[in-house]
Amino acid sequence: MAKITLDNLAHSYLPNPKGEDDYALKELNHDWTDGEAYALLGASGCGKSTLLNIISGLLIPSRGRILFDGKDVTRAPTAERNIAQVFQFPVVYDTMTVRDNLAFPLRNRGADADYVATRVNRIAQMIGMEDTLDRKARGLTADAKQKISLGRGMVREDVNALLFDEPLTVIDPHMKWELRTQLKSLHHEFGHTMIYVTHDQTEALTFADKVVVMHDGRVVQIGTPEDLFQRPAHTFVGYFIGSPGMNLLPAEVSGDTAQVAGHTLALGQGYGPLKGKVELGIRPEYVRLSATDGVPVQIDRVEDVGRHKIVRARMGDHPLNVIADEGTAIGADMTRAVLDPAGINIYVNDWRVSPDGAGRNSVGEAA
Amino acid sequence: MDKTTNQKAWFLVLPVLILVAFSAVIPLMTVVNYAFQDTFGNNVFFWAGLSWFEDLLGSQRLWDAFYRQIAFSAIILAIEVPLGIIVALNMPKKGFWASVCLVLMSLPLLIPWNVVGTIWQVFARVDIGLLGYTLDAIGIEFNYTQNFWAAWITIIVMDVWHWTSLVALLAYAGLQSIPDAYYQAAKIDQASRWAVFRYIEFPKMLGVLMIAILLRFMDSFMIYTEPFVVTGGGPGNATTLLSIDLVKMALGQFDLGPAAAFSIMYFLVILAVSWVFYTVMTNLDKRDAQ
Repeated sequence: MAKITLDNLAHSYLPNPKGEDDYALKELNHDWTDGEAYALLGASGCGKSTLLNIISGLLIPSRGRILFDGKDVTRAPTAERNIAQVFQFPVVYDTMTVRDNLAFPLRNRGADADYVATRVNRIAQMIGMEDTLDRKARGLTADAKQKISLGRGMVREDVNALLFDEPLTVIDPHMKWELRTQLKSLHHEFGHTMIYVTHDQTEALTFADKVVVMHDGRVVQIGTPEDLFQRPAHTFVGYFIGSPGMNLLPAEVSGDTAQVAGHTLALGQGYGPLKGKVELGIRPEYVRLSATDGVPVQIDRVEDVGRHKIVRARMGDHPLNVIADEGTAIGADMTRAVLDPAGINIYVNDWRVSPDGAGRNSVGEAA
Repeated sequence: MDKTTNQKAWFLVLPVLILVAFSAVIPLMTVVNYAFQDTFGNNVFFWAGLSWFEDLLGSQRLWDAFYRQIAFSAIILAIEVPLGIIVALNMPKKGFWASVCLVLMSLPLLIPWNVVGTIWQVFARVDIGLLGYTLDAIGIEFNYTQNFWAAWITIIVMDVWHWTSLVALLAYAGLQSIPDAYYQAAKIDQASRWAVFRYIEFPKMLGVLMIAILLRFMDSFMIYTEPFVVTGGGPGNATTLLSIDLVKMALGQFDLGPAAAFSIMYFLVILAVSWVFYTVMTNLDKRDAQ
């Protein structure tokens, strides 16, 4: 187990990167605290797999260093880093039995037979494959194969970090939940540093202590699930997390009020003078429909998803989603929306600004 | 769902049956004709029964050619298969040099067989051939027209030169189908180079290797042109492989009866071995699918 430090790290797949656009992973400084579970969340192609492969040593970064407990391992081969990684698609050694598959990483490191046997049995129990230990891995279902891959990743106790690259993509939904729970309890039990790459927000938010959101090669926010929900640091976080995502309305802000589509809204907090593209962000959970208060909106349709209703509305020309309780009746007269100041964040050029006007809240943003 | 019965479908098979009859069955029947009868020409035949077969099976000449053939096929397989795998493992996986390698590897496969024979016939000559002359100059006696070993070494090296590419290309195709994640996982599991070959590369190559072995076995078992051009079966009968012997019997001596019986046995041996390979291969596939 180790603290992993990323120091001015950047990577480009081109031999001579010119501008910032050539970098698949833009400059990044971050400490992964020993023993925490992180989720690396982002859309496909945002650089999260690149980052993971740099940590595991399958890729050497174009710039910067990576340290395990202060020791520079930027150029150290994978084997020296003592990490475990589980890939998106199952990687099993077809011709071996399930038992041999699980034992493989231990035997390659010369562990003694008794230890291997107890450890393999323990892991088999955890992934629920005690009965199939003596079967050949060839011919098992994708589910079972991926469970073997997970088991092989967890079989070593002394790993510096456990990396997961979208490991549950091929697993059935009900099994996904079960495996995720097992991973989480394993994390509590052994306290490995875990980095879990995914594009599924539910997976990220339920698995991790801290979620690292990436967008376009850049880390846009690192925070607890609550941070990401309440105070998205970047409009991408607001949009990507939540269902539906955050409403973004072009606004003109002066002091503690904002002008949106010709209406004046109270912000509850004051802002200094703002330059650039100013937007007001509010999650649908903080918008309420009303017959009497708030600003007028036009309602396009109501989607009832069972536990609540999603109201698709428009304020002026701008779409505005509202989440209403399942019990709330949406009458024909409810043509006004109330925006709760507690849920309002202000964004300048996509980055959140703090209410006191102190400047940009720019986690992980490059200079 | 019940299967519908429609006997008319048989008519659709008819064209293929007719084609196969003209291309394979009827020519084969003329061979059968000669194998079980004797003739003195003028299309007059006498029933000979199995006597040609009995004669041949008792003839030392046939058995010698057969053993030589087995030895030849075994030696070239023992060299070409491991060598092909080694070449495939060391070829670049992608990029410019991968294409260059592929083209270079394919070249020997594109040369007509009698040209290959001529190339080596000249190449190994002591008087004008680069190889023969060089060997002679450094004091190694190498004369494939007189020396048993020199003749064998020449035809084996020639076959290896001509056909190792085929095994290498097939093995390379098998290797290319392995996703990168397997190699990455092996690195993380600290697998040795040997373990990577044994548990990742070899199992993935096995299917194509079986095809490569089958093709190389059949081709080498029927080989005629190249050794005939180089040694003509000599010195003496040293490199007289089955097909060279067959041609000598049929066209040299004009013993059509024994030659026909010989052809049929030759055909049956190849058929039997191919069937064994086919069975093994399909069983492997079934095991994969389980």
